[in-house]
Amino acid sequence: MDRGLTLYLARRIGLAGLMLFGLICLTFVISNVAPSDPAALAAGPDAGRSQIEQARREYGLDKPLPEQFLRYVGDLAQGEFGRSIATGRSVGTDLLRYLPATLELCILAMLIGVLVGVPLGVLSAVLKDGPIDHVTRIFAVSGIAMPPFWFGLLLQLAFATGLGWLPTSGRLSVMTLPPDPITGLMLVDAVLRGQWDVFREGLSYIILPAIVLSFPCLASILRVNRGEMVETLRADYITAARAHGVTPWRMICVHALRNAMLPTLAIIGLRWGWMMSSTVLVETVFDWPGIGLYAVSSAIAGDFKPVMGVTLIVGLNFMIASLIVDLLYGVLDPRLREG
Amino acid sequence: MILPRRLRLAIFLLTRSFASMLGIVLVTVILGLALLGPVIVPYPDHVAGGIDLANKLQSPSAAHWFGTDEVGHDILTRVIIGARLSLLVGIGITLAAAAIGVPLGILAGLVGGPVREAIMRLTDLFLSVPGLVLAIALVAALGPGIVNAMIALILVWWPGYVRLADSKALSIRAEPYIEAARVAGAPTFRILWRHVLPNSLSPLIVKMSMDVGQAILAVASLGFLGLGAKPPTPEWGAMISIARGYLPEWWWYAVYPGAFIYAAVLGFNLLGDGLRDILDPRSHRG
Repeated sequence: MDRGLTLYLARRIGLAGLMLFGLICLTFVISNVAPSDPAALAAGPDAGRSQIEQARREYGLDKPLPEQFLRYVGDLAQGEFGRSIATGRSVGTDLLRYLPATLELCILAMLIGVLVGVPLGVLSAVLKDGPIDHVTRIFAVSGIAMPPFWFGLLLQLAFATGLGWLPTSGRLSVMTLPPDPITGLMLVDAVLRGQWDVFREGLSYIILPAIVLSFPCLASILRVNRGEMVETLRADYITAARAHGVTPWRMICVHALRNAMLPTLAIIGLRWGWMMSSTVLVETVFDWPGIGLYAVSSAIAGDFKPVMGVTLIVGLNFMIASLIVDLLYGVLDPRLREG
Repeated sequence: MILPRRLRLAIFLLTRSFASMLGIVLVTVILGLALLGPVIVPYPDHVAGGIDLANKLQSPSAAHWFGTDEVGHDILTRVIIGARLSLLVGIGITLAAAAIGVPLGILAGLVGGPVREAIMRLTDLFLSVPGLVLAIALVAALGPGIVNAMIALILVWWPGYVRLADSKALSIRAEPYIEAARVAGAPTFRILWRHVLPNSLSPLIVKMSMDVGQAILAVASLGFLGLGAKPPTPEWGAMISIARGYLPEWWWYAVYPGAFIYAAVLGFNLLGDGLRDILDPRSHRG
């Protein structure tokens, strides 16, 4: 590994660490500008003054702010996100319980986005300005403009209540026992335990939310991939390959797609980061028991410890995604190392 | 007369593209509805909350094109009034975000050094979490409601403008005409106002057009989650949130407000795309 690359990687990782610290500060500031009194919230609606004061001491809210901040950072370092004021449960435990459902949904949505978006992008670049290109363009713009929660309701109306092919919402029917967790991803667990009927049922529940979640991601993968492919197909080496008698299929899939892949990978990484944010809407529509639904129900109750926990997790995921994209660029594109 | 010619070219380029035309039509319709709203709605007293339980949850008909909701309000009326609210909020968020972000960005790009470093790191910080989640966190702290939702969205929206203005200012700073103005003794403020701002205007207009659409979507999303406008405010997202409880029998209640969100966001996005093609021909690819 040359020195420029090492320096670039070190700088980028250092910056990510700094950003993480910044994010922790930001969540702390947001928690402390809240006009509502968390101690009063914790003590309950009927609490008297002394009970509120007791709650304040119990949660350490009577300490000076710098001390509270140090405690906050220390707790986070041990994976302790504080306790939900409404339920008294540990936010860390709750997050661990809800995160796999969100991850499962996001992974499936990303698979759909990549497996449909990349081929469609290639196809519309190759058949540029043809009917397929126009249809995919409208499709791509819709993906960005369509309110995900409305799209979800429409799909529920069509496929769940209308045609009756798929269940409306939830992760599994109440009658079905979920497989014993191995990975936490239910579909994977069902396969590992050989419970194929649970797998099929789980799939019927996850497919609609996954489609809704994948739509904006699919649209931007499609657009970026198409743009890059159009650009690459114009390059001299493609003309050279053509002149050498390389078959069109090999030329598109091997020569052109490989060179268009880096920006596509970048958008995939970026979209992975964004996905955890739009999952909030999708999970609400489909009652999907993930961190998004958890954040929204807590936010409505004014219980902000869980919301901050989710914000930190989503932010961390976003930072890791963009870090990986940048590192990938650094390794694959030598020009960047000089910056 | 150079301007009319350029204008003619711009109009030609806009009208040539079907997508841009669709964008213009959609934005014009939404603007028209927002401006004329109170005059043209069929049931003006339904806005204030005159309850008409005898007519609740009627399916679409000649009297109620979009049907009625659970208290007998005409949904068409409420959707049209909602256009006014969404547009105001969308434009308000975008303008406020630009008003905070653009000066900071130009400052960062022109002054450079530790000032730029400080501004850009602060910007990065806000961009390190996807906007919607940060907005939810802010609303959780501030309390739900349309005003707090707006404040939260402005707070997560301005960093994008810093990035844009900073990169424009950086590239413009290197231009010879800025050097020339400086040598000629123009004060910094004048350089900023007369040279840097006009030259960064076109990407700014494009971004703002797109952002109005995205801000409308974001406000509707918060409304849908129960963190934005509170019913009975005729806000599109909040309407859908109530309408969810009336699916699938009373499908029209959720479908029409959503269609308007979609049309508005689509319109502003297409308009932004079309404007980019005109204002910045180099960005046109494919």
